[in-house]
Amino acid sequence: MFEHTVAELSRLLADGEVTSEALTREYLDRIERLDSRFNSFVTVTGEPALEAARAADAERRAGRAGPLTGIPMAHKDIFCTRGVRTACGSKMLDSFVSPYDAGVVERLQSAGMVMLGKLNMDEFAMGSSNETSFYGPVANPWDEKAIPGGSSGGSAAALAARLTPAATGTDTGGSIRQPAAMCGVTGIKPTYGRVSRWGMVAFASSLDQGGPMARTAEDCAILLGAMAGFDERDSTSVQREVPDYTVGLGQSLEGLRIGLPREYFAEGLDDAVARVIDEAVAEYKRLGAEIKEISLPNTHLAVPAYYVVAPAEASSNLSRFDGVRYGHRCEDPQDLEDLYKRSRGEGFGDEVKRRIMIGTYALSAGYFDAYYLKAQQIRRLIADDFARAFEEVDVIMGPTAPNVAFDRGEKKDDPVAMYLSDIYTLSVNLAGLPGMSVPAGFKGDRPVGLQIIGNYFDEGRLLNVAHQFQQATDWHTRAPENIA
Amino acid sequence: MSLAPDEVRNIAHLARLAIGDEDVPAHADNLSRILELVDQMQQVDTKGVEPMAHPLEGGQRLRPDEVIEEDQREAFQKLAPQTEVGLYLVPKVIE
Repeated sequence: MFEHTVAELSRLLADGEVTSEALTREYLDRIERLDSRFNSFVTVTGEPALEAARAADAERRAGRAGPLTGIPMAHKDIFCTRGVRTACGSKMLDSFVSPYDAGVVERLQSAGMVMLGKLNMDEFAMGSSNETSFYGPVANPWDEKAIPGGSSGGSAAALAARLTPAATGTDTGGSIRQPAAMCGVTGIKPTYGRVSRWGMVAFASSLDQGGPMARTAEDCAILLGAMAGFDERDSTSVQREVPDYTVGLGQSLEGLRIGLPREYFAEGLDDAVARVIDEAVAEYKRLGAEIKEISLPNTHLAVPAYYVVAPAEASSNLSRFDGVRYGHRCEDPQDLEDLYKRSRGEGFGDEVKRRIMIGTYALSAGYFDAYYLKAQQIRRLIADDFARAFEEVDVIMGPTAPNVAFDRGEKKDDPVAMYLSDIYTLSVNLAGLPGMSVPAGFKGDRPVGLQIIGNYFDEGRLLNVAHQFQQATDWHTRAPENIA
Repeated sequence: MSLAPDEVRNIAHLARLAIGDEDVPAHADNLSRILELVDQMQQVDTKGVEPMAHPLEGGQRLRPDEVIEEDQREAFQKLAPQTEVGLYLVPKVIE
């Protein structure tokens, strides 16, 4: 059953071809047999999963099943799950068993989904390679020497290895799209505010957004419909109706206006990746779309602006980890300041410390205008670039990342090189727009992702644009070898 | 933009992060390189550009001032490293 998509499993469950319990057992067995190679799960909740599966089967027998009832899934370990450790990839939260469920967790649970466990990630979602996790790196199922991308690296790797048919991710600067691209799976970062951030461990509050990751755009459409919606406990949650994202999935792309930003095809883009993207664009032409070259002139400023805004917000958000109310506490503190400093010094890894320090510096007296205010002005310029582009085109396309997955260890000691690998995804978060990554081909044995960016709340169109591509191509059906 | 070791120590102090002396040079080097990257912003004239704090502009929602949460002090305090009679314990602050 593990080769099936969420949509297929939904039909098989409805037709009585399989039970949720059998399906859940199959996935738990796969995780047990295979995940020692990938390290994509940090916690497996076997017994509770089987219990939830039996309950889902009972709901179905009682005639109360929805499209997601009984389908297994796994959460990125950034989403709080009641009674289950939520460590966010950090030693700081290694002992944190959440007393409550995140909004997204509640929603998927009430849709009847069965949680298999929690997925590995970069520490506090700060990383692009899943190498900053306290629980060790994740291997890319396509090539175990390669990183899976980050920060939702566990989610992407588990999907690629068919250890779960669906996963949640979060995206602050590319953390859904970049790992989806590198592991050959499909993921969507919705418009800022579309999915509740309540119970999602905060990294950069004006950029963070949760979303689904799966094998197909159709699956993402089903999952996003269940995840999205107003949550009064999140002060930035948007009060706006959630459409049925599956309804628009059959629409023709005849006349669709696609913009290709010339800045996304400039220096720094790998030739082989560029060829894959060109081929995907050619496919869209065959599907009836019109291609137009556009310009997003401030693209080169996205990395600098992001690495002020995100660390500044992170330094503020992560000040809550003080060794007093929850999380790691140092041994034998001499006084309160020593308690704070050593608890934080021991609990956080190097990348998190770097970002806290950059943020602290950018917000400190005398530097605020030069860094934080300047970055916010550039953020406006970047958002304005997109607004102008969307006057002329319906969606924007380009590569998700400038290259395929690199080898583990290759950029570990070079934060700046690591940051530049998110060059095409960061501006989408700064503007708050929705963006997707769709499998589009390979360079050698490593997957390449096509990024599709839409206007605010245009997730329905994005998903259909991705779905039409997946009707015409089979990249999304490819699976790594040795995962039987 | 290059940070001296003392500046790194001061930032770490402001952030309440204990950093080993042996780690200061590596942090100074990495933070300096990140600030160099960030400094590309200074080449852009942003005079008159309104800062954008948030993608969805609009005020904060208000709600009626009603009790909507139950007291869960015990559940929350179970997570704390050290508590006593409902209080969070820290080292002595006032002599």
